[in-house]
Amino acid sequence: MKIPRFSRKTLCIPYAVFLIFFVIIPMLVIVFYAFTDKNMHISLGNFIRFFSDPTKLSTIVYSLVIALITTVICLLIAYPVAYILARSKMKRKFVILMLFVLPMWINFVLRVNALRELFNLLSSLGGMEWLASSNYFKTVFGMVYDFLPFMILPLYTTMLKIDPSLYEASADLGANGFTTFTRITVPLSMPGIMSGVTMVFLPSMTNYVVSDMLGNAKVTIIGKFISDYFGNDWHMGSMIALVLLIVVFVSTWLTGGFKSEENVRGANL
Amino acid sequence: MAEHIIELQNVTKYYDDNLVIDNVSFYVNKGEFITFLGPSGCGKTTTLRMIAGFDLPSSGKILLNGKDISLLPPNRRPVNTVFQRYALFPHLNVFENIAFGLKCKKVKNTYENDKGQQYTKVEKLSKKEIREKVQKALALVDLEGFEKRSISTLSGGQQQRVAIARAIVNEPEILLLDEPLGALDLKMRKEMQLELKAMHKRLGITFIYVTHDQEEALTMSDTIVVMADGVVQQIGTPTKIYNEPANTFVADFIGESNILTGTVVGDKRVKFCGKTFECLDKFEPNEMVDVVVRPEDIVMCAPEDGTLVGDVISVVFKGIHYEITAQLGKYELVINSTESREVGERIGMKIAPDGIHLMKPKYTTNVFDGVITKRNTVKFADGEFECDVTQLYPGSHLDAEEYLITAAGEKIDLTDTKVRVEVGLDDIEISDDRNAGGTTGRIISIIYKGDHYRLIVRTEEEEEDFVFSTDDLWNENDFVSVIIPKDKIKLTLKQTEEKKR
Repeated sequence: MKIPRFSRKTLCIPYAVFLIFFVIIPMLVIVFYAFTDKNMHISLGNFIRFFSDPTKLSTIVYSLVIALITTVICLLIAYPVAYILARSKMKRKFVILMLFVLPMWINFVLRVNALRELFNLLSSLGGMEWLASSNYFKTVFGMVYDFLPFMILPLYTTMLKIDPSLYEASADLGANGFTTFTRITVPLSMPGIMSGVTMVFLPSMTNYVVSDMLGNAKVTIIGKFISDYFGNDWHMGSMIALVLLIVVFVSTWLTGGFKSEENVRGANL
Repeated sequence: MAEHIIELQNVTKYYDDNLVIDNVSFYVNKGEFITFLGPSGCGKTTTLRMIAGFDLPSSGKILLNGKDISLLPPNRRPVNTVFQRYALFPHLNVFENIAFGLKCKKVKNTYENDKGQQYTKVEKLSKKEIREKVQKALALVDLEGFEKRSISTLSGGQQQRVAIARAIVNEPEILLLDEPLGALDLKMRKEMQLELKAMHKRLGITFIYVTHDQEEALTMSDTIVVMADGVVQQIGTPTKIYNEPANTFVADFIGESNILTGTVVGDKRVKFCGKTFECLDKFEPNEMVDVVVRPEDIVMCAPEDGTLVGDVISVVFKGIHYEITAQLGKYELVINSTESREVGERIGMKIAPDGIHLMKPKYTTNVFDGVITKRNTVKFADGEFECDVTQLYPGSHLDAEEYLITAAGEKIDLTDTKVRVEVGLDDIEISDDRNAGGTTGRIISIIYKGDHYRLIVRTEEEEEDFVFSTDDLWNENDFVSVIIPKDKIKLTLKQTEEKKR
């Protein structure tokens, strides 16, 4: 009788099954739906309809702009925090880091709801009425609030790994603080920046919970769009999803996200 | 007189509350190769970092060419550093690493305009100038053609050379080297030592070198600064440091030594190991001294010709010489000789007068500040010891309630009296049992003195030192309790300030 042998390959089977049923097959289904019409005939109709409809195109551009603004603001806030925390010799810096990361552990919907109530309260106060109609402002604010930890963590872990003697070497060679920052700190923290940007940019394009709850349903981002179409027109929804996939793929490829050897996702917390 | 390029004046440095540099003063001559030598934690790297500008002195001054630079940031000092683990920029290639300093540099260029007037402009170096300088530096460290290589593809020795090139390309007035050869293997290290020495001659700039390797220091330096515990122990040429160590620490740290306790018995005559020797150092008669004899200064001869006679108890072949240990009664002496001897053989030993070095012992007795407690014990050095308080007042005794009654019949409450506590070097014992003695501490130093060990135990809180002799072998860093017999604690009253007023 043959004794069944366990090899390392055997251990991969559960994940392979998962991959086939929940990633590969759904992807093929999306591609199939995107290029068929209501009668399941192969057609480029969805493709043409999508690129000839200005509202659809402008939604994509809107989503990109909102995601871009969110990412830039997150980066501007997170970078100094991560830099200071990583370089300080404070004994309690972990506590400060936790304070930034802690919101991640509270239910996402709850957080956004709380933020909405806070905005409602503020806009009922005198002098703050403008807040009630500033849907884009509130959306971006909510996204920054939600995604900030995803920017701080990878930045912090990358900067922790920078040997402090490199800063000393730079100063020793005559570089002032600014030169050291631009020529040593920024290039060496690039893997963290790339990973943080990816982790903020992608969800802020697709995560429509924030825009729905804070933007009074006036702000439509691409994620919302896809979800709406899947209500009645799976073919168009699939097409938009496919376009988004290609946009993400191309932007990741352009920023060199695929070749980074060091994978810094801050997942160790 | 040579020009002093760097001078430290009473420099003291605290990290948080730890004293790492204690009032250090010395100068460095222009163009010399000076080495800070000492065990790890002695403050040599901190001293270097203060010259580079990475650490600022807590007090005192650092002068560069007579100008105070104590508070100047590192980027404005004309010094460059070769770091312990090189600190090369991993995202830049060899060329960019070496060019880093040059790209930061601004120079004054003088031009002539149409009217023939001269004017100066502060400019960055041109690309061509940078390239030429980098190539020259690469040639100096034998790395021509490595410009495009990435740092991670280089071997340790090559990285070392890039680090040196990156520093010297800026033509600093002083090159600081922080244990630069520590990560290399022995053969590579020897090669680099000679190369660095040659480079020093060729460049003519001042080298300040930090190492814990005494051999490296002796090979390379013009001057050695021996440091321990944040204090300079001795400054001198390698020959002087080796032949005339200033104290037993230096003698023990640099090379091998037999360190013995001796007594001066007359004019340039000293007695140790039970025999009298001629020597060159002059001390007061009857003075206790530490005697240092280098193993190679002991000459073996026939037993009947030797001043000392002993039995060989071990012979170890060391390549160039044999290390022979001889036992003479309770003393042990180490001899280095090109001749071998058999274990168990009886040998005679002679020491020439210039092979005997006398030095004042650093410690003759332990002195502490103490306070008498309610129970008539004395508190000092983080602990409490039983003692005889009647010695404070001659002729006194204790009554039934433990009060002191003086000879005149006066009753005194001694609680909180401040006293001076003295304990002799032979009156202290230590034990592994933490509760056996009055206080606890860690062994911070062990020096073998021929027939016994000289130990220093430092208490944890107040960092008081107990210096004493013992026949037992302990390990450095052992945590021990300190036992002092009641009758060996000598107390004297302190004339307190309040009483005078």
